[in-house]
Amino acid sequence: MSEHTQDSISDSTITPPAVIAPGQTFASVTDKISSIALTRRTPVGWFIGAGISFALVLGLFYTIGYLVVTGIGIFGTNIPVGWAFPIINFVWWIGIGHAGTLISAILFLLRQPWRTSINRFAEAMTLFAVACAGLFPLLHTGRPWLAYWMLPYPNTMGVWPQFRSPLIWDVFAVSTYATVSALFWFVGLIPDLATLRDRARRRTAKIIYGMLAMGWRGSARHWHRYETTYALLAALATPLVVSVHTVVSFDFSIGIVPGWHATIFPPYFVAGAIYAGFAMVLTLAIPLRKFYGLEAFITMRHLRNMSKIMLATGLIVAYGYMMETFMSYYSGNTYERYMILNRFKGPYSAFYWTLIACNVVFPQLLWIRRVRHSVPALWAMSLVVGLGMWLERFIIVVTSLHRDFLPSSWAMYAPTFWDWSMFIGTIGLFLALIFLFVRFLPMISIFEIRGILPQAAVKESGD
Amino acid sequence: MAEAHKLYGVMAEFESPTAIVEAARRAHSAGYRRMDAFSPYPIEELTEALGIKRSKLPLIVLIGGILGCLGGYGLCYWVSAIVYPINIGGRPLHSWPAFIPVTFECTILLAAFAAVFGMLALNGLPQPYHPVFNIDAFEMASRNRFFLCIEARDPMFQLEKTRGFLEGLEGALGVSDVED
Repeated sequence: MSEHTQDSISDSTITPPAVIAPGQTFASVTDKISSIALTRRTPVGWFIGAGISFALVLGLFYTIGYLVVTGIGIFGTNIPVGWAFPIINFVWWIGIGHAGTLISAILFLLRQPWRTSINRFAEAMTLFAVACAGLFPLLHTGRPWLAYWMLPYPNTMGVWPQFRSPLIWDVFAVSTYATVSALFWFVGLIPDLATLRDRARRRTAKIIYGMLAMGWRGSARHWHRYETTYALLAALATPLVVSVHTVVSFDFSIGIVPGWHATIFPPYFVAGAIYAGFAMVLTLAIPLRKFYGLEAFITMRHLRNMSKIMLATGLIVAYGYMMETFMSYYSGNTYERYMILNRFKGPYSAFYWTLIACNVVFPQLLWIRRVRHSVPALWAMSLVVGLGMWLERFIIVVTSLHRDFLPSSWAMYAPTFWDWSMFIGTIGLFLALIFLFVRFLPMISIFEIRGILPQAAVKESGD
Repeated sequence: MAEAHKLYGVMAEFESPTAIVEAARRAHSAGYRRMDAFSPYPIEELTEALGIKRSKLPLIVLIGGILGCLGGYGLCYWVSAIVYPINIGGRPLHSWPAFIPVTFECTILLAAFAAVFGMLALNGLPQPYHPVFNIDAFEMASRNRFFLCIEARDPMFQLEKTRGFLEGLEGALGVSDVED
């Protein structure tokens, strides 16, 4: 008895908080997580949140309708700022998606058991963020029904895509990313869909989950191949996620515009994507765990680890800002130098300094233990970083274009009402998809949680 | 009605991962080969205990990846140098560094398709019907119970003897006949 007390004392002082709160069983984990999807009583809070999100989606539909009827003149995009809100929002959304792949693939390969509680909805977040991102390049053409022209297919016009253009690389990178993320997510869901099929009491729910589970029965032979597939997909998704944001950064760095033509762009963009993505995971995870009482599964350990990753990637991003500034001085190039001075002191300097405050200054508070351990502080920090990363893309796109080589072609850029309504509309779409996801699918991977419980280990007898 | 059904096998239920792994080992050393175990999460020891061989899946994924790689590069080359040659800033028509991103993405895409569809095909999924679902308690296989099923087509299978063997295993909660 005395030994036992000593153990628990040393445990609580030395080891970090558990990945899963103690006292959970296979049954309790299964019942708790599946009941959220299978309940007959949808919480009132869900209707309020989903209602607001769907209202924003209607706004998005209205914007798209107006855009298609009128043309892209409704946006503030114009020469010299020929790339504006659509690409800012595209890069922002696709970056957010990257944390989901990082959590599900890279942390899986690194054998980090804490990823298990958050990988499912982080992957869902990836998928929905990529869907929002995809809307922008599609719609900013003004004729989304001709988007298939970007694909290589034999046609009567006799034209083919230009494979030397980063914009075509983008088509391949983003569509591959969307496809592989969807496959990864669905493969991860199959065993849990089987659980929902077996737990569902309503006939329709049983049939729908049953069809989606495809007859999964937990056979040892199936699990063996399943685990191989999962590991291979993780190994494939890891270089993929790095390549996607690298290609996105090529959209800029292949061009000769001052402030874009930099070799640091790929790593700096990838780090920024992970930074913004982890911020979004925290933004979503903190209210979800509170609302659905999932503190036993998404513990302080998860929030703390994510805040540390945010701090680390934030420092890489800060290094990127520093190098941008240094290179503009060191290159001796007039246009590069002017670009950075224009960021510091030009008409958009307020945005630049807000970005520095959000992405570089405030996140340094994460060095303090008390901040990392405070849930409200982390949530506030995640919103600040989300805003900062959006401003970063705004600064990169707008300050470089609005004053380039010829002062005679300088002009100011301002977004219009429709720019904003489309951006806010995609936020609504993202949240609406998240609301549907948490209502109908297990937001935490049930089978993986079972596998990391202490009683999941096979006890070997002495032989 | 009951006579019309053929016997698929005999299935025993267990409560802990340790019990099912031990049971699978005992069944394997007793000479049973046509059997399968069912668990709510993957158990590495169970795979070994049942004597499951290495999967062909990695090879399928490798082939998918190679096809994607060759296909992606071939597409870029064929379009840029053969069917639609355009002089862009005096660069060679076969400007291979520009073809790498698309080649890479196609490699990943086809390898991922090979992994997912290869896994489903080797597992025989989707499979709407399987005899083990006829056991009521099998619903718990996706929650907290573990099952071992010895199939009737196993050469060692003799209904009474096999049932007796399963009942004699440590931790077996219940043994039932699975009808096809």
